[in-house]
Amino acid sequence: MATADAPTVPAAPHLAVPGSYEQVTKLARYQLREYLRSLRFIVLLGIVAIIGAIITTIVGYYHTTAAAGLVSNTLAFYGSLWGGGVNAVVVLSAVFFGGDAIAGEFQNKTGYFLMGLPVRRTTVYLGKYIAAFLASCAMLALFLAILVGNGAAYFGVRLFPWQLGASVLLALVYLGSVLGATFLFSSLFKTSLYGFVLTLIMFLFGFSVLQGLIVGLVNIEPWMVISYASTTMQSVFASPVNWGLTASVGHTMINGLSVGPRVYTAGVAEGVVIMVGYLLVTALAGLGLFEREEFA
Amino acid sequence: MSQPSLETHHLTKRFGRFTALSDLNLQIEGTKCVGFLGPNGAGKTTTLKLLSDMIYPTVGECFLNGISVQNDRKRALADAGVLIETPEIYPSLTPVEALEMVADLRGVPPAERAGRIETVLGEVKMGEWADQKVGRFSKGMKQRINIAAALVHDPTVVVLDEPSTGLDPRGMAEVRSIVRELKKSQRLIFMSSHILSEVVDVCDEVALIDKGKLLFYDTLENVTARFSDGHASVDVGFARPIGSEVVSQRIVGLPGVSAVDQLDPRRLRIRFTGGLDGQEHLLQALAGLHLGVVSVASSESALEEIYMSQISRGD
Repeated sequence: MATADAPTVPAAPHLAVPGSYEQVTKLARYQLREYLRSLRFIVLLGIVAIIGAIITTIVGYYHTTAAAGLVSNTLAFYGSLWGGGVNAVVVLSAVFFGGDAIAGEFQNKTGYFLMGLPVRRTTVYLGKYIAAFLASCAMLALFLAILVGNGAAYFGVRLFPWQLGASVLLALVYLGSVLGATFLFSSLFKTSLYGFVLTLIMFLFGFSVLQGLIVGLVNIEPWMVISYASTTMQSVFASPVNWGLTASVGHTMINGLSVGPRVYTAGVAEGVVIMVGYLLVTALAGLGLFEREEFA
Repeated sequence: MSQPSLETHHLTKRFGRFTALSDLNLQIEGTKCVGFLGPNGAGKTTTLKLLSDMIYPTVGECFLNGISVQNDRKRALADAGVLIETPEIYPSLTPVEALEMVADLRGVPPAERAGRIETVLGEVKMGEWADQKVGRFSKGMKQRINIAAALVHDPTVVVLDEPSTGLDPRGMAEVRSIVRELKKSQRLIFMSSHILSEVVDVCDEVALIDKGKLLFYDTLENVTARFSDGHASVDVGFARPIGSEVVSQRIVGLPGVSAVDQLDPRRLRIRFTGGLDGQEHLLQALAGLHLGVVSVASSESALEEIYMSQISRGD
């Protein structure tokens, strides 16, 4: 043991480091501020605003003709526009805010700044996750505000179906699970681009293709695919709503004949279970990877 | 009861088949500055990353203030300031915001925060940039903020990985000045470097590592005495130019002097024997010659010779 003689210093830390839960909220707050000031936030805000503007223009222009069905009642309106569009907003937000959340800490060396602090890696992971969730919520809020503004113009300010509220809640749960998976993908790499690309591919094509293959080839309910659960954000506008833990099974009918594979629609409770399951599994896996990853 | 401020037990790190660090046992106590020397790839940064839990040891364990870094990183790092490589700070933050974040996460009381931040920004000469976005800063400016971040909570242990890396000569001098100031407080500074003059200038003790193995750890004086065949060197500055005849007739013959090199007209490097006693006698004798001695500094060349001999011995 190499030593050199000298007086010793007191060992007790002179500051009370905040508890891990408190550190999570602090880190989330600082990370959220970083997101809100970033170019990516402005760009995504612009994209969502453009999507909203296009919807507003098209519905406004065609609402007496081609889009008349959409404005015939609030369920059709919100079911089509919110239920149909929210998935894209969720996926884009997750890609923008979560795609490089962990990989970027290695590639940009910002992790070297954080890792010198007395914080657990779990704290960093959760803080970043919460910040990404809140930044994504801002995008959902903008999209919702645009649609609600349109809806108010067609149906009046008091006509908002309760199904819209339920769908918004489902969208939040879905956002949580998509971000969980995004953080897992991001934890797999030390290069931001790989995290972005894998997230984008999986959520824009990968899971849909996987879902199609499972139904088409094996003809079973694709309950193990996250995109399947996302259909509840739209199906909650149907009447009657399937609140259950089991799927509704339908058939594609042509001239009274059942053709092709069965059509599965997840029950709301089933969708929530799938989403929460994804969130738990991906969060644990991503966290496990981040804990093991070295800043070498 | 007190314990070593920094301790490593059989610390070993392998990356695949490559052994970056092999069975490092160090025990550093007290308030001082320890230079962690070694060539590129010797294992310096690996050691410091292990000390800050950025990487995990293959074998062994390290402790800060007696707390295992591997078992309880949060408590171990609570009273330590760490700067490894040149970390990037979130670019949209200003130095004040970045330091607020650090202070907040470290538990610096809100009432003390602004004062501490102002003080450390002043110490690293970044006060006038306090409200500018870090993303626009040069590497050197970012490094100063990183140093400030390592000090904002007034830690008792400071771990610095080549802190003057990326700085211009003025910045390097300022970092040395900061480290010297840090030594005045009750803390241990463990600083890796491959700049010998930096180590000689600011460090009290030196540990030399090569190819992942610790070659020695001791005070600068002991190292010099141990590895230089009893010879040591001092650089002496004079108020007036010293002629060669003065050197040959009056200085070479002083007790203990074995060699004299003229560095420039007003500076001599004097090699002598006898350790600290010999140095004391030499300086007394020099003063007695009334040649206008204005400065005396330990020569970095002695450490350089030791460094080169020890490193090449391992080749």
